[in-house]
Parts: sequence; structure tokens; C-alpha cells
Amino acid sequence: MTEFEVAMPLAGGILIGIAAAMMLLFSGKIAGISGIFGGMLFRQGEERTWRSAFVAGLIAGGVLLYSINTEYFENSSGRGLVAVTIAGLLVGIGTRVGGGCTSGHGVCGIGRLSARSLAATVTFMVAGMAMVALVQPLYH
Amino acid sequence: MAKSNIAAFLCGLLFSIGLGISGMTQPHKVIGFLDVFGEWDLSLAFVMGGAVISYLLLQLWIQRRFSTPMLGEKFQFPSRKDLDRSLIFGALLFGLGWGLGGYCPGPAITSLGSVSVNALLFVVAMGMGMLLADRVISPILTHQALKN
Repeated sequence: MTEFEVAMPLAGGILIGIAAAMMLLFSGKIAGISGIFGGMLFRQGEERTWRSAFVAGLIAGGVLLYSINTEYFENSSGRGLVAVTIAGLLVGIGTRVGGGCTSGHGVCGIGRLSARSLAATVTFMVAGMAMVALVQPLYH
Repeated sequence: MAKSNIAAFLCGLLFSIGLGISGMTQPHKVIGFLDVFGEWDLSLAFVMGGAVISYLLLQLWIQRRFSTPMLGEKFQFPSRKDLDRSLIFGALLFGLGWGLGGYCPGPAITSLGSVSVNALLFVVAMGMGMLLADRVISPILTHQALKN
């Protein structure tokens, strides 16, 4: 195991939890980002508008973070364009078929003590660990 | 612009700040967190822990204190309780992609703000994957489930 941080990850996590809870408090919606992004692409009218606003907020936050410190987006993973494209396809198919991602299942679902979300989260964590175990030797 | 859209924008903004300061927008950190057999970096476990616990407590408070959302008609919670093949199969594929690229949807979309080519390719591919799932894969899974 390598050295790890606690304070900033914890603070960031709490902000994420607060943001997701605000979504519930204001609009009554679950802040599942794959679902919001997919809905923005494939739905129409009012269903599309609020999702587009949420996604715009995410990107605006990215611009803000990048203007404060580019290190927030440092990437020394070594992953190239082919790897991220295949990864994107898998994530798109998987989150749509499985009904959620790290935010919807991992944060909101587990936060509501949903057995479905717990099962999904354990599955995607184990699958992620297996994939890293498999491909990480290629990137050293 | 409706108030609920402004609220959604602000929630997205706050969410992405949380992702950024926690380290989730740095793919090598995500991969380090998943690298349990290698140089395991436990940092991101605290992101999940902090997010789950704060959401758990806040959603309990919201459900007790409010009968309807402040800007909406009703709370929309997922109602399904059963574990089915789609849930597990989908989560499996998602996990494989997460480990391969080091991005999950939120951090990838947030990283569009940093003009990252990797993130842009990932997000475009993710959209295409979602289309493929809706048009091809989910119908096949549903059809098979009906047959069994």
C-alpha cells in the first residue's frame, strides 16, 4: 500500500453528498450522473432541460477548477486514446444496462440502503479491481 | 429560466467541485484506488465514505422534514428491489471500463472543463455506448428474460 490522503478526499466526498442531497431537496431527483447524462441525450422537453442544466453545472465546475489549479486534472495513468475510447464505451453500456454509476448506485443508492445499489457497487468495484490487476502491468 | 433548472445547475457545479478537490478527476488516483494487488492508494475510499454518510444523513432529514421537494411535486425514488441479471451484467461492464480508463461518468464530464482530449473521447464513447445499450443490448436482455 502507498501513502494516502484523508482530508481532501473526505471534504470532497462530503461536498458530493451535499450536492446530491440538494438535488433531492430542491427537485426530488436522484443525482445519478450516468442517468442524468443519458436522459439529456435521449429524452425531450422538460426532462432534457434540467439534466442539461446539471451537466452544464458539472462542466462549469470543471472550468472553474481548471482555472484555479490545473493539477486537479493531472493524468499520469498512461492510458492512451484507444484505451479511453473502449473504456467510455464499456462505461456507457454498463451504466445504462445496470441503471447507474458511482454516483447513482454508489452514493445515492447506498445512502438509501438499497440492496440493488449495494450489489451493483460491489460488482463494479470488484470488476474495476480485476481490470486494473489485468492491465496495470502494461503501464509500468 | 425555471428555478429548478438553476438549482440543477448549482447542484452540478457543487458536485464537480467535490469531485475535483477529492481527486476523482485524476484517473491515476482512481486506478490507484482500484489497484489492490499493486500500489494500492486508499485515498478515494474516503470520498465514497464522506459522500455516502453525508447523503445518508441528509436524505433521512429531508424525508422527515419535507413531504415534497422545495421546487418539485414529489420525491422520485427508484422503486425496484429485486436483483436481476441486467443490474449485475451492467455493473460488471461499467467496472471494467472504470478500471480501464480511470474515469467514471461524473469526473469525465467535469474534465471536459479542462479541455482534456482523453475526457472528450471518453464522454463521446460513453454516449455511443448508452445509445448501443438502449437500442441493442437492453432489448436483447429483456427478450431473454421474458423467454426464461
